[in-house]
Amino acid sequence: MAFDFSQDTVKAWRRENGRVGVRNHVLILPVDDISNAACEAVANNVKGTMAIPHAYGRLQFGEDLDLHFRTIIGTGANPNVAAVVVIGIEPEWTKIIVDGIAKTGKPVEGFWIEQNGDFETIRRASWKAKEYVQWASELQKEDCPITDLWVSTKCGESDTTTGLSSCPTVGNMYDKLLPHGLYGVFGETSEITGAEHICEKRAANPEAAAKFMKTWQAYQDDVIEQFKTSDLSDSQPTKGNILGGLSTIEEKALGNLEKIGRTSTYIDVLEPAEAPAKGPGLYFMDSSSAAAECVTLMAAGGYVIHTFPTGQGNVVGNPIVPVIKISGNPRTLRTMAEHIDVDVTGVLRRDMTIDQAGDSLIEMIKRTANGRLTAAEALGHREFSMTKLYRSA
Amino acid sequence: MTANTHPQLLVHDKADNVGVVVVEGLTAGTDMLCVCTEDNSDFRLTAKADIPIGHKVALSDLSAGDTVIKYGEDIGKMVGAAEVGGHVHTHNMKTKRW
Repeated sequence: MAFDFSQDTVKAWRRENGRVGVRNHVLILPVDDISNAACEAVANNVKGTMAIPHAYGRLQFGEDLDLHFRTIIGTGANPNVAAVVVIGIEPEWTKIIVDGIAKTGKPVEGFWIEQNGDFETIRRASWKAKEYVQWASELQKEDCPITDLWVSTKCGESDTTTGLSSCPTVGNMYDKLLPHGLYGVFGETSEITGAEHICEKRAANPEAAAKFMKTWQAYQDDVIEQFKTSDLSDSQPTKGNILGGLSTIEEKALGNLEKIGRTSTYIDVLEPAEAPAKGPGLYFMDSSSAAAECVTLMAAGGYVIHTFPTGQGNVVGNPIVPVIKISGNPRTLRTMAEHIDVDVTGVLRRDMTIDQAGDSLIEMIKRTANGRLTAAEALGHREFSMTKLYRSA
Repeated sequence: MTANTHPQLLVHDKADNVGVVVVEGLTAGTDMLCVCTEDNSDFRLTAKADIPIGHKVALSDLSAGDTVIKYGEDIGKMVGAAEVGGHVHTHNMKTKRW
């Protein structure tokens, strides 16, 4: 008989806005690429803080700028973050980021470099970062229902074993926890191609189904048709996917969709980095199929733990969200076990059921929420990759 | 003893015409234990080639133009032939998209 996890609790931080965080980071967050150096200097001065350098934030406009702001604000607002020091080149866009994060009620203060220089900015920001990190270090964990967690999923370097084992393991976890109040999200718009007709049917209502099909078709029309040179066979499936035995995008998509289980249905479709607003349940997020970009967008949407099935061994991590790796490929477990948190190779040997694999993932989610470092955290994988929609001005 | 009970090939759905090698080092001529995950039924099939872990095996003779079925769904078309027990991959099959 299956275990009932719905009443389980984890020790985690309840934030000012009621959300539950499983990490307690103090971030030094650049608004733009040219503020990276100042942020890294502050993080070097004040131990226990973390800078998140990135490549963008200048001369962007329109929908692309909206996505940039949404991603940076969402990263700072994530419940895994206790407090944020924001540094930008000038005050106005810095203020937009600070005000966005401040809506959560968490401590946040902005600094800008023009008319101060790096030295004075770093000096002031370091004092604030020290104040924040010492304050955060005394915040106490409390018992929180496991179903108060927001758990995202996206797979990477898939092969045929992910569709047989690690993806249905995530699906089993969602089937067990979503009915009790968990928030979930899946995405990878291009990678649903070949299974879009099945994904459409997994919507909880006709509006969500129509929104999904519109989002999927827009990617086909606006991106693939605009920019393809031959077909996408050189990128999707990836060369790693093909080495692992996947031959076509249809085959990859059908394995991918195993992550939403047998009974789960999605209630809404989110823009990239958009926070869900229709209550507990499963969401689809319009997102890249590239691992670091997708995890970054889901973290910015407010998800606090990521479940990541891999076949050939994608090694991705994230600065603020623990990424739990699940693999059923015995060669990957033999050659790169240091990256894998949940071993489901037993599913391929037929000595572990998907139900048992799902339970083992839920156990690992609990341990991770309680503080166990994931393989990606222990190995220092902090990939933060922002999605950019088009060229800057 | 467990080696005899662990399958070499898994098939998702009864309607599928390909299965997946789930062990390393499979060699031509191996008498494979094949299990359908849908209902745990099993059958035996002889591998006609050395096929890497994760790669697909034809469950019947397939020829150019045939639709390849996995998960009970269309995953592309054959652009070459594969005999039963033979290797099915990018050398003899292709997407119907893009």
